[in-house]
Amino acid sequence: MLMSIKVRYFASLKESVGRSEDNLAFTGLSTVNEVWNRANPGRSLPANILAAVNMDYVELDSNVKDGDEVAFFPPVTGG
Amino acid sequence: MAIKICAEVFDPYLEIQAYQNENPSKGGAVGATSIFIGTMRDFNEGDAVKGMTLEYYPGMTEKQLEKIITEARQQWHVIDTLVVHRVGEILPAQPIVLVAVWASHRGDAFDACRYIMDALKSKAPFWKKELLATEDERWVVENTDGYKRC
Repeated sequence: MLMSIKVRYFASLKESVGRSEDNLAFTGLSTVNEVWNRANPGRSLPANILAAVNMDYVELDSNVKDGDEVAFFPPVTGG
Repeated sequence: MAIKICAEVFDPYLEIQAYQNENPSKGGAVGATSIFIGTMRDFNEGDAVKGMTLEYYPGMTEKQLEKIITEARQQWHVIDTLVVHRVGEILPAQPIVLVAVWASHRGDAFDACRYIMDALKSKAPFWKKELLATEDERWVVENTDGYKRC
């Protein structure tokens, strides 16, 4: 099944990947980690990066589904 | 309960006053109001800092703040809360964050205010980029534990 996934990047990660978002349309995507690999071939996910699906924190092995928004970003530093 | 993300300078004292005026029903039930205000320092990690840009994740930031406040309300007897957070370009001495908690008793107000602020620091998606006095820019990599380092 063809899945559409919106991928977003924030802060220093956005600068290092050179863009703020990707729109993926692939078959066979199943986890957050695979979304990263598909969107950033040959580029390892930095060790401290956090992930969210539909604006909730998730582990990298969490599943994704069609229409999800997946976000990657460094540790937060607000307040 | 109110959560505000501000792109402009805000006055935390006026925000508290305005919120209280808009919500007079709290009335006599309130016996304690605990307030935390965070402002921008002009130094960090031994360097002079002359400005800062705060980025956030619209939608997720508000969602996570709502979750944090819900967690606080599950642990303490809280009547109402107000959280205001700046984004965009900030100058030293300007307010960054306001957390206000209204409760009947001081223990609930103190503890819930601290919980919300500490959870915000570790879970709410905001990111600071500092502009140093040398004109160099750098991202703040992680929040500290909140105490002066000796």
